[in-house]
Amino acid sequence: MKIAQKNKILETCLIAGRIMIESGSEMYRVEDTMNRIAYNAGIQKSVVFTTPTGLFIGIENQPYVQLGAVAVRTINLEKVENVNTASRQFATKEITLDQLMLRLKQIDQDTAHFPLWLQITAAAVISAFLMIIFSGEYDWLDIIPSAVAGALGYAVFAAVNRVTTIRFIGEFLSATVIGIVAYLLTRWHLGVDIDNIIIGAVMPLVPGVAITNSIRDLLAGHLLSGMARGMEAILSAFAIGTGIALVFRFFM
Amino acid sequence: MPYWVQFIIQALFSYISTVAFGICINLPRRALLWCGFAGMAGWQVYWMLFNFGSGRMLANLLGALAVGICGNIMARYKRMPVIIFNIPGLVPLVPGGTAYGAIRNLVLGNLNEASTQGVSVIMIAGAIAVGFMLAQILADITRKRAITPKWVSRH
Repeated sequence: MKIAQKNKILETCLIAGRIMIESGSEMYRVEDTMNRIAYNAGIQKSVVFTTPTGLFIGIENQPYVQLGAVAVRTINLEKVENVNTASRQFATKEITLDQLMLRLKQIDQDTAHFPLWLQITAAAVISAFLMIIFSGEYDWLDIIPSAVAGALGYAVFAAVNRVTTIRFIGEFLSATVIGIVAYLLTRWHLGVDIDNIIIGAVMPLVPGVAITNSIRDLLAGHLLSGMARGMEAILSAFAIGTGIALVFRFFM
Repeated sequence: MPYWVQFIIQALFSYISTVAFGICINLPRRALLWCGFAGMAGWQVYWMLFNFGSGRMLANLLGALAVGICGNIMARYKRMPVIIFNIPGLVPLVPGGTAYGAIRNLVLGNLNEASTQGVSVIMIAGAIAVGFMLAQILADITRKRAITPKWVSRH
């Protein structure tokens, strides 16, 4: 096999792995997919090392290694599914290596999102309905305030993340907005229980899934990725808690 | 409120909020309506056990087990990765609200409540993770034939 061909195989594996880590896949699936692509492209033994901030792939006992950095980590399951499908098609020889690389680049750049208004509506629905089932006391009066606060918070979160790439500032600002809205709504007697409203409204933002995934990574033996993802989750919980506490300090 | 009305309300609301969370994390469209069932099953198991007084840890563990089993069945049926059904299905169970409460108390200076809730977050997350691993073990056992892929290097 020529050197250029080996490099191209490694690069394809690297793109697939980077997209999957950026979209919030589990580590074992990332490693499995990369090894699978390499194997199906003709590399018998590949060596993969992945962390949430960067990944390596090489060929065993040969001086070919490529590494890539992972800058953003979000949850975008459509990308995970598309990479998975492309890898399966490559395994059954439906597409060639060049087509696979093209597909991966397309997936990376233009995977369609749900429109923003739908996401904001969904955030409102999450806030209202989870507030009801979490509070345990069927607090029907707070449905509308909770939905309004949750929708505004999610809108601020999306807007801030579009403007800046600084991490955690989006969580902080949207939590502040949620706190202010909840405070004003209870003050004007449109809402009853400020705690219920806030707990519902922060639900689209809180990193509960990230905390659970990090513990799962730790239990599965991926210590590095478990620690890194756990730290990220704790920091984003800190940003949300600080934003709410700021409002509590000043207004209550 | 009679028990069966509560049951229907909890089921419906957990289904709807799971699907709504799926929209927020850009789930593939053909999985959207299915992932709600995973969330509904997990939350109903949790809610019923919790009402029978089983305590939060066991309820969370078995709820996550239910989510994992549903996720694995649907992943096999729809030929998609398991996390597509598991991550939204987990949303009603995860201790996001407790984590938020812990940090709020920490920032406001109520250190006792903060540490109680913080430990509770870690315990619940651990219980959910164990529930998932049990579901994964069940899925591995019931798979038709166990193939060791050729690219797995044994150390």
